[in-house]
Amino acid sequence: MTENGLTYVTEAMRAAQGAWTGERTAPPITETDIRRWAMATFHPEKPPRIYWDADYAATTQWGGIVAPPDFNPFAWPLERPRPTAPGLMGARPDGKSLTGMNGGQTDTYGVPMRAGDLVSERRRLVDWWEREGRLGHTLYVRNEIEWRNQRNEVVRTRLSIGIRY
Amino acid sequence: MTLRFEDIQVGDSMPSWSRKTSFAEWNRYAAVNDEFVPFHMDDAAGRRAGNEQGAFGMGNLRYAYIVNALHDWIGDEGTVREVGCQYRAINQKEDTLTVVGEVTDKTVEEGEQRVRLAVNVLNQDGLATCPGHAVIVLP
Repeated sequence: MTENGLTYVTEAMRAAQGAWTGERTAPPITETDIRRWAMATFHPEKPPRIYWDADYAATTQWGGIVAPPDFNPFAWPLERPRPTAPGLMGARPDGKSLTGMNGGQTDTYGVPMRAGDLVSERRRLVDWWEREGRLGHTLYVRNEIEWRNQRNEVVRTRLSIGIRY
Repeated sequence: MTLRFEDIQVGDSMPSWSRKTSFAEWNRYAAVNDEFVPFHMDDAAGRRAGNEQGAFGMGNLRYAYIVNALHDWIGDEGTVREVGCQYRAINQKEDTLTVVGEVTDKTVEEGEQRVRLAVNVLNQDGLATCPGHAVIVLP
């Protein structure tokens, strides 16, 4: 809440803070998924061999092909989850719904993803803050999204900032 | 040649890494990330979203460019441990995006030789579109 008493924070957000939710598991990763991802993000250059050449990859610290750190195994879901994260809701004083923007993210990487891995995700609302900015009253919401593989090893932890105004 | 921890000094710059971006790059990224958002695909949708020049690029692709630039620099015996950034400016069609980075710290933590960098993605006019940081681990 700011000095004028306006807040976009909802009771649903307060109730949800800190609780893990939204658990889901991605389809198994394939070598083709990895190669295509790397070809797209290195385009028009050929991607590094670690992402497609098994013989070369066996000679590296990884011992085999790994996915690029930013690879997303949750792309192309058969069932698209509806966004239910608290903090995506709320309304402005004029009755219009809030506009959302991606404020950025910090990803910390654990073990790399490989073909055959089953990656599971869970997320939680960490905290939030509000300020008066150039877009008017603005709510910043921080979510944590955790990925683990089938051996329960952490693959990636993302702290993501959502902006609502 | 393997990049080694002792070869790096605070203040060093990583090699810059560039890509010209337009629909050829955005559509490929949309295809792998299933990111078919109208304002990344269609000029009219981009203008409706408030960008006069039409469709614009994905923040996630700029993030991928930071990761790729780090990988091309450190090779397969180094590890990208952390990358964070904020999206500050729009990636317009035909922009040439260049990833830059400067070493800000070297530490040994949790048994890892870690190098911290300030990174950014500049457009062809030198506009900083994506300030952030990265942590790499080197042998």
